[in-house]
Amino acid sequence: MSERWVAVLSGGLSHEREVSLRSGRRLSAALRSVGLTVEEWDADSNLVGRLRDHRPDAVVVALHGGEGENGSVQTVLEMFGVPYVGTDSRACRRAWDKPTAKAELVRAGLTTPEWVVLPHATFRELGAQPVLDAMVDTLGLPLMLKPDQGGSALGAQVVRDAGQLPAAMVGCLAYGEAVLAEKYVEGVEVAVSVVDGPDGPRALPAVEIVPESGVYDYTARYTAGLTDFHTPARLDASAAKAVGELAVEAHRLLGLRDVSRTDAIIAADGTVHFLEVTVSPGLTETSLLPMAAEAAGESLGEIYAALIERAVTR
Amino acid sequence: MNAPGQPAKQGARSLDPHLRRYAARTAGMTASEIRALFAVASRPEVVSLAGGMPHLAALPMDSLAAEIGDLVATEGLVALQYGSAHGVPELREQICDIMALEGIRAHPDDVVVTVGSQMALDMVTRIFCDPGDVVLAEGPSYVGALGSFAAYQAQVVHVAMDADGLVPQALREALAAVERTGKRVKFLYTIPNFHNPAGVTLAVSRRAEVLEICARHGVLVVEDNPYGLLGFDGQIYPALRASDPDNVVYLGSFSKTFAAGLRVGWALAPHAVREKLVLAAESATLCPPTLNQMVVSRYLATQDWKGQIKTYREAYRDRRDAMISALEQHMPDGVTWTKPDGGFYVWLTVPEGIDTKAMLPRAVTQRVAYASGTGFYADGLGSRQMRLSYCYPTPERIREGVRRLAHVLEDEMQLHLTFGPTSGRAVSGPQGPSPDTA
Repeated sequence: MSERWVAVLSGGLSHEREVSLRSGRRLSAALRSVGLTVEEWDADSNLVGRLRDHRPDAVVVALHGGEGENGSVQTVLEMFGVPYVGTDSRACRRAWDKPTAKAELVRAGLTTPEWVVLPHATFRELGAQPVLDAMVDTLGLPLMLKPDQGGSALGAQVVRDAGQLPAAMVGCLAYGEAVLAEKYVEGVEVAVSVVDGPDGPRALPAVEIVPESGVYDYTARYTAGLTDFHTPARLDASAAKAVGELAVEAHRLLGLRDVSRTDAIIAADGTVHFLEVTVSPGLTETSLLPMAAEAAGESLGEIYAALIERAVTR
Repeated sequence: MNAPGQPAKQGARSLDPHLRRYAARTAGMTASEIRALFAVASRPEVVSLAGGMPHLAALPMDSLAAEIGDLVATEGLVALQYGSAHGVPELREQICDIMALEGIRAHPDDVVVTVGSQMALDMVTRIFCDPGDVVLAEGPSYVGALGSFAAYQAQVVHVAMDADGLVPQALREALAAVERTGKRVKFLYTIPNFHNPAGVTLAVSRRAEVLEICARHGVLVVEDNPYGLLGFDGQIYPALRASDPDNVVYLGSFSKTFAAGLRVGWALAPHAVREKLVLAAESATLCPPTLNQMVVSRYLATQDWKGQIKTYREAYRDRRDAMISALEQHMPDGVTWTKPDGGFYVWLTVPEGIDTKAMLPRAVTQRVAYASGTGFYADGLGSRQMRLSYCYPTPERIREGVRRLAHVLEDEMQLHLTFGPTSGRAVSGPQGPSPDTA
């Protein structure tokens, strides 16, 4: 295994560039610590030349948002025939679009908060206020607004008062063309990382998220100390099993590969609601997958080294 | 894998075990969604009009390299050694010669060399401000100054400006309003020339009045003048310090006239203040970097530094022209901007209801970046403003950036037509760009 050399792709041009660079640095250090030779590459105009001229044994995609998660970079890697860790391009595209992923999982019987997704054009053409009113009538308040694509909670906001909706819509639409509005479910917020292994996908221990402000927004995610984490989550055995199964089911049903992270909420009645999934979990100092790995007694380097072997040999 | 004997962690876990130990002044030091967006601005695909990095490509690098090499070879034992917190004597004399261009007559003993004028600003705030003390500053004001004031828990009260800079009547009213609350104004922080971020200059006719108002109210003036020699027509305005040596602390810098990375600036202060600044500086850094001071001193002694400033001025004027003409060509109705006669920045105001901070992700998607206005106010104002800098990108890039920005604004105006005026959503953390943002 120590003979392998891999390229860790991070950075890119998405809004999550900074987070991705941090993920890439941390992952690269973890891989070096288990003996791999690692180069850190930005996803820029040099990428194609590098893939052609310095073909690594495998690429690990540590890009967040945009081309790194919507299948674009994966398509390029597939065209060049370079093995890579992560979900293939087609499944990426499905998971990347949050409403598409939710719809698919609901069809398969999973539970997710009721939602609507609407582009700016609909509000413009039909008039914003009646559509916003209908949104509130349908979902109630509070509701969760987020861009229909993207991560790191960028543009996400809990709306508790209908009067806040127009400003929240404008803030959200700065990140994309459409808004996903979800019924807000109170409960225990957890993140479950899933890793593929010889026996299929397995869930790492759920991480319970308790943001000091009550909302796990960008600041709460990336300021160490502003969120408390419980690893494993403070769940009874059946709830812990249920969230693990949900994450593995989401991974399977969406056709995800190697690694994913599902965010979920456990309502007061015990129902586990799927919120969203990422095909490229954050790997920074404040990210959830590294915490889950540590709680499982595993190292990030070992987990990804094993995934690299899977990628090279499949 | 965990270390031998160390179990996997269980139970509640904060990622910062020191969280409860921090001083109250760290309250705003959090991760910032806005700041994260500036990471994208460093990519060449993005035209960044956000940062304030000087146009260093205009420097004569070969001759500088030779001088610096010779300096180390011939004076290395001094250049690489500790120095005085006060600064290298020869450099302090040269600084007095530079300030003389602005009408300042000063003794080198009253000059304290600092690690950039940012450190001088920090030292001044440190020696004058207790938590809760009031500092007056133009609205908007330099984001780095607001950071220093926040670090010492000073309360900032902004004073309005117009096209001629700080408005004296607004200064009177601000002083009266603070005095009515029983609080004490410690100093007025002002950038009289080619203001960052507003791009305006304090009219000469107002200067004596501003000084007189402050003197009458017993308020010190901190004059920050990093751009004073960068007037595009070569005009050098008289420094406030020239007229009132006893009540003005003057801050200067080589960052814009020579090289920002050397981090050499200075404070010129009345004798008693200077004594405290030297002691404060000593506790902060022991001494400013001797090598860097000697590099600046050697540069001033051996190179055509006035010619270099002229080169900078001409480059920045070309860039200012490119930006203004592009704004005139592309910006939609309802957008206004200042027309600076020097310095680095244009201050742009967008139509009511648009929040430039909320719009920044859209701009980054369109591959253009700017600094949203709220970072330049301590009180949440500035949502309709943005700072555009023309110092770093080429004129061609500036034109392209403004063209992209105009499209972003048009899209945002469309959004606001749909949803009506909004006040934008709250975003935590620092909102100005970091120093290395292009």
